Parts: sequence; structure tokens; C-alpha cells
Amino acid sequence: MSEHSTYVPGNAAEKWLDERLPVVRFAKEHLMDFPTPKNLNYWWTFGAILVLCLGVQIVTGIILAMHYTPNVALAFDSVEHIRRDVNGGRIIQAVHSVGASMFFAALYIHIFRGMFFGSYKAPREILWILGVVIFILTMATAFMGYVLPWGQMSFWGATVITNIFSAIPVVGESLLQLLRGGFAVGNPTLNRFFSLHYLLPFIIAAVVVLHIWALHVPGNNNPIGVEVKDKRDTVPFHPYYTMKDAFAMVLFLIPFAWFVFFAPDILGHPDNYIQANSQVTPSHIVPEWYLLPFYTILRAVDFNVLFINSQLGGVIAMGLSMLALLVVPWLDTSKVRSGTFRPMFKWFYALFVLDFIALAYLGAQEAIEPYTTLAKVCTGYYFLHFFVILPVLSRIEIARPLPTSISESVLGKAHS
Amino acid sequence: MLTFKTIIAAVAIAAGMAAAPAFAAEGTAPPVEKQSWSFAGIFGTYDENQLQRGFQVFREVCANCHSARLLAFRNLTEDGGPGFTEGQVKALAAEYEVADATAEGGVRPAVAADRWPSPFATDQDARDANGGVVPPDFSVLAKARGIKDAFPWWITNYFTGYSEGGPDYIHALLNGYHDEAPEGFDLPEGKFYNDYFPGHAIGMGPPLQDELVAYEAGEGQEPVPMTVEQYSHDVAAFMMWLAEPGLVSRKETGFKVLLFLIAFAGLMYATKRKLWQGIEH
Repeated sequence: MSEHSTYVPGNAAEKWLDERLPVVRFAKEHLMDFPTPKNLNYWWTFGAILVLCLGVQIVTGIILAMHYTPNVALAFDSVEHIRRDVNGGRIIQAVHSVGASMFFAALYIHIFRGMFFGSYKAPREILWILGVVIFILTMATAFMGYVLPWGQMSFWGATVITNIFSAIPVVGESLLQLLRGGFAVGNPTLNRFFSLHYLLPFIIAAVVVLHIWALHVPGNNNPIGVEVKDKRDTVPFHPYYTMKDAFAMVLFLIPFAWFVFFAPDILGHPDNYIQANSQVTPSHIVPEWYLLPFYTILRAVDFNVLFINSQLGGVIAMGLSMLALLVVPWLDTSKVRSGTFRPMFKWFYALFVLDFIALAYLGAQEAIEPYTTLAKVCTGYYFLHFFVILPVLSRIEIARPLPTSISESVLGKAHS
Repeated sequence: MLTFKTIIAAVAIAAGMAAAPAFAAEGTAPPVEKQSWSFAGIFGTYDENQLQRGFQVFREVCANCHSARLLAFRNLTEDGGPGFTEGQVKALAAEYEVADATAEGGVRPAVAADRWPSPFATDQDARDANGGVVPPDFSVLAKARGIKDAFPWWITNYFTGYSEGGPDYIHALLNGYHDEAPEGFDLPEGKFYNDYFPGHAIGMGPPLQDELVAYEAGEGQEPVPMTVEQYSHDVAAFMMWLAEPGLVSRKETGFKVLLFLIAFAGLMYATKRKLWQGIEH
């Protein structure tokens, strides 16, 4: 959006640089002058918070990697060595492990914000799809990171999750062996997961750059979902949103610090303080909380459908649940973006949020009644929401009248 | 939009009703009673005397079978721990022998930098002496155990920062032995019945009994009761320290960090408000 540029090189050196590599101009246009709707609420600060989360994970992760040993005989003790003997290690390790949970908390809020305010709708489909790609990459990274301390849940989680791939027809078995580096989860698995866990965050960072690029072409969506009409609807990103985002980041760090310093293990599972043992299966294998909704969908299919066995069926369901996110711009075709003006969508959205929370809860429960039936119901509703409710609502719902512009809506709010 | 509200309410009620019997069915064992620990809460710190007593129980009873491979003698002098002096720990270490390939005869007296020697030379020796199972290592055992709060009460744990499930479980386990299994329970040969052990049949016999460990009261101190209840409290606290030796400094730092963040957030909010003052948004 070069038309917003007010950059004038201040001196000969800046001018010289600007003609060769206009980085200063770029920063001025995109990090400072970028016109941003002035009515964004605090739900919009989670983008910046996620950048913070990724940064925190990369910095703490690089330090942890200096002291960690990816070997099945040494990994568990090397993590304890970090906690006990490395200066500041117990804080750095806690920030990294709690940080993964905080990352996902922010990620889910960011995604559900996009879903309520219709941020995936034209012209922001690519922006949304890149976001879903980041989400899936982050889940993969977090999963592999959880394997590294080589506790019981690390080992058995890795066994269960890699097993998913064996369900794929024809190539499944070979793929499984490639992932594990052998016939069972072992030292080669730990080594490749460590390597990939170090690599993926940088790929995520690259996709984040694309995500922000795709954001800066159409500009931000906003709570009323009416596009920016003129300059009066926006404020420059800096100082207005840099300040607001910075405040939100500090606020976000308060619960973050609470967990790091006062309950660093509460978001994990006690079994992961038992060193991995391939001879002893934990009575109940659960992934980390942030993977639970999808784990429930995977487990919900415990029946065969025609020639598809239950294992493959579960994998298809889980794949489809992520595919649903990717294609949601074409499922919800309502012209009205913001849920605020959609009287029926609002309620179905709330129901979907409850359904998603229920899926997470059920993922942590044992595979017994009534949980198995509830899991099927909630999984069914997940798909119903995307593939039936959203398309039907788009056709039958009568939206409330939209304000003509952001400025009008803001003024109306101020005077009412 | 009454219909939608009705749907939500119906789903909530259905979920609640369906969940209730499942939780009731889990309650075959009496629930673990949560204890009051000096190291719980924001201002929690370890009680030096309790850690010293717990260490005594560990050393005289538990350490005969259980290892603590991550414990170094020097840890016993560190801040926030049992508070032994360097002299005491040096003398203590010298009572033990550790394997050292470079020493004459392959063993030498331990020094403060050495790790706590394991009671068995190999895992197989440990297995042979203990009915086929290696007694679990104590290093992080207090964090490897926990208790399950019923739905929805565990949610409050996130706000209270409850992290004492391990010691609560250990205390309950040590007090949960019965001389005889309840009627109808098929207790395997060589096992003992315990209320809190998963499956109730535990390989470890009741390790503690009243008067087993002789506590010595310091000058001018009240004598501490020499009961299983007291021993189990003390050893559970010691095990928590063993698993989380930096707990005290972690919480102290955390308190400062939280105070700073709250004050900083206040200032940031004031700045943000001032900046946005003239803008209708």
C-alpha cells in the first residue's frame, strides 16, 4: 500500500540507501503509517500477542537446546539438569513449557475471533488459509516438543500419534517407519523430532511473514465488518496500535507469569515426570490439552464404514476437521462479515464454541460411556456446524442493517 | 431467540446428567485428603526442620530400597532446602562410598559433589530384591504423582495454583495401608492392600510404623510426635523439595515479577488511554 507512504529520506545517506534497498521506507509504510481501522477491540490484539509468543518460544528454545541432550538414555535427566543446575534454567524451561500452552490459548482466541467477525471472508481468504497453515504447523511443533523430555507421556503420545499415519492406505507402513526411524518409537525418533522441532518454528515464522503480508494487502477486518471507506475510519498503526498491542501483551504476561512461577506443572501431566519406559503403558494416555479437540475427533470414529476401518475413519475425520477450517470462507457465504449483525449466526457460533470446549474436555476422558457417545455427538456437531449450519444460515438468515461506515458506527456508539 | 437458548440449555443439562454417574462410579477409593503444606500458595516456603526430619526418614527407611539419582550431597546445603551446613554434609558424604573407576579398589568415600549412591548396583539387582519391580527413583517422584479432583472443581486449581497433588498422594498412600484386604478383594501373594494405590495391590509393605525413626528435638524445641502420620508428612515434604529444590526462589521471583507486571500494565494502560483520548473508537 505504497500510496500511504509519507516517507521522505532525511539525508543523503538515507536517500542513497532508499534507492538501493528501501527497508526504511518499508518499515515506515508497514510498521508505522499502515492505516488501521480505529474501531478494533481487544480481541484484535492477539495477533501481536502471538508474535510475542513465537518470539518467546524461539528464544527460550534456543537456550534450552544448548543444554539438552537428544538421546533416550540422557534426555530425561538433561531436562532435570536444566531445571536444577543451569543458571536460570528452571525459569527458562518453565517459560518454554508454559509458553506452549499460552501460545495455544492465544491461537484459539485469535482463530475464534476470526470466526465470529467473519475475518475469513473475501478478500481475506488467503490470509485465513495461511493462518490455518500456521495453526497446523504449530500443533506439529508442539507435539514434537512434548516428546523431547522423554517422559512416559512423551513416549506413549509419540507412539499413539505416529501410529495415526499407519492408517493411510498403501504408503502408511513405510511412512510410519520413516517418521519413527524404525519399527518402534526410539532413539532415532527422538533425534529426528528434536531436529524438526528446531526447524519448524522458523518455517512458522516465514509463514507468519506471508500471513502479515496477506493482511497488509486488504488491510484489517474490524468488529463491524464494514470495509474502510476513507481516511477518517483509520488511524496509523503507530503509535495507536503499537501502544494498544504493547499494553495487551503486558496484560497477557500476567497469567503467563502466574503459571510459570506458581504452577509450572499444572498444565502438564504428572506421568511425564516418569522416564519413558516402553515396557509399561500408562493407564490412560492423553495428549496436551491443546490437541484434545482433534484427538477426540480422531477417537470418536470407533466403527467401520463400508471398506474404511475405524482407524482410517478416525484419521479421515481428523483431516476433515482441519480441512473444514481451510474451506470455511466458501462454506459461510453470507455477505455480512461480523457476527454482531447476524442474529442467528450469533447463537450457533456460541453453540460451536461450547461444542469445541466439550470436544477438548472429552479428549481427556477415558474411552468409556458416556464419554464415547458424547464424543460422537460433539464430533458430529462440529461437522454439522461447518458443512450444514453455516451454508444454510448464509441463505436463510436476515441480517440486521449494517452501519454505512466505521466512523458512523463509532459516533453512534459514542452518543447512544 | 428462545429456541436457541433452549437448545443450549438442553445440551448443558444433558451433558451434566450424563457426566454425573460416571464420576460417582470412580469413587471406589476414599478421596485423598488434601493436607496443609508450608510450601503451598504464593508465599509458600519449605520448613527447614521438616525437611531435615523428612531427610532422616528418607535416609533411614526409604533409601534402603529407593534411589534418588539426581540428588547430590551438596544440594542439602543449598538455599531453600533442609539447610544443613557444609561441614555436616561433608561428614555425611564421607559415611558413604561411591564407585569411581579412577580410585584405588574402584571405590572411594563420597564428597559433597557426588550424587546420592543408589541402594542397588544395577536395576536387575533392584528387581531381584523387590519382587521383580524396581522401586521408583525418588528424584522427581513427588511431581510424578497427583490426585484427580472431580469435575468441575479442578478448574479452581488453576486459580489457586494447587501443585501439591504429589505430596498429598504420597501422604495418603503411606497412611492408606490395611492389615487385610476387604472381603471379596483378591489380593495376590506378596502384595499389600492400600486404599490409594491404583488397583489397591501394592508391592511395598507398610514402610513406616510409630517410633520407627528417632527424632531428636533441638534445645528449647517441642518434641515432634514420632507417628506414621508425622513421618509421612515429613517425608512427603522432603520428596517435594527433592523434586522441586528451587521452589522457594521461584515463588519469590514470581511475586516480584507479578507485582512488576501489574504496575507496568497500569502505566501502559494510562499511556494508551491518553494517546487514544482524542479519537472516537
